[in-house]
Amino acid sequence: MSKEWPLWEVFIRSQHGLAHKHVGSLHAPDAEMAVNNARDVYTRRNEGVSIWVVRATDIVASSPGDKSALFEPANSKVYRHPTFFPMPEEVKNL
Amino acid sequence: MLRQGDNALILSQQLCKLCGKGPALEEDMALANVALDLLGQTRMWLTYAAELEGLGRSEDHLAYLRDAHQMRCCLIVEQPNGDYGFTLMRQFLFDTWHYFLMQGLTRSSDPRIAEIAEKSLKEVTYHLRRSGDLVVRLGDGTPESRQRMQSALDALWSYSGEMFIYDEIDDQMVAQGVAPDAADLRASFLEHAGEIFAEATLAMPPADAWMHKGGKVGKHSEHLGYTLAEMQFLQRAYPGADW
Repeated sequence: MSKEWPLWEVFIRSQHGLAHKHVGSLHAPDAEMAVNNARDVYTRRNEGVSIWVVRATDIVASSPGDKSALFEPANSKVYRHPTFFPMPEEVKNL
Repeated sequence: MLRQGDNALILSQQLCKLCGKGPALEEDMALANVALDLLGQTRMWLTYAAELEGLGRSEDHLAYLRDAHQMRCCLIVEQPNGDYGFTLMRQFLFDTWHYFLMQGLTRSSDPRIAEIAEKSLKEVTYHLRRSGDLVVRLGDGTPESRQRMQSALDALWSYSGEMFIYDEIDDQMVAQGVAPDAADLRASFLEHAGEIFAEATLAMPPADAWMHKGGKVGKHSEHLGYTLAEMQFLQRAYPGADW
């Protein structure tokens, strides 16, 4: 089963959503069936959603061991954060 | 109404029997989904049928307190699930007819029917896409899956014509612009089924083959009684209970 039914990661953009969010994974023999299954399992068929399925093997993730090398430097240099500008009232929530 | 409702009701019941028995988790989900769609459609049809009847009965009365000879479903939906290929072939033949019928019914002169058909059509479009896709995959799959699909088709074909054998009730419906014409439906059915079977490398039996009939007037195969016994047991044992 696992040989013929690879793992797919499922990303869904909900009706009023701006971006696709990762919602989970499933096994399916090919992309088309993965989309069908994702629609049955994850969307309950809401109108107006978009589904992306990606083979899990096609995803490259950052390594947990690299966490400090990748993300720490920015944290200690506040001047990298563009938060020191006075913002006009109209765009408060930007 | 009753015929439409009963078709959806019995097929839904059949699919429910497969819950937890599908060949894969995802198929299980999909079958249950289709069953739920059909049950929702059943409720709309039977509720309308009960209203038209005007005897103060409800959808539950109609579903749970009629015996086999009072059921008006086509014979194809009461055929047993068999192996997975058989289940899918039954589904595909039903979906194909169902799809074109609902398409026709959206133009019905009865606004309530048109409304139900409109809602059903969205669901049935998906059912048909899915069952057609799987028929092609399995027909054009391994030698064994192909052989199973072919024997399912050969076994079920004689049940595929009943939907197009119209009686007085049907003819009246057509005359009043309520339901679509049988010949048109059949042509669409044969065309779509032919395309899918060609792609699935399956041999389609002749269109003019002998066909079973009787379900629409309450003459059923021996399978329906068992399905009803299981489905109606609780309501028969405790009639009139609230649930």
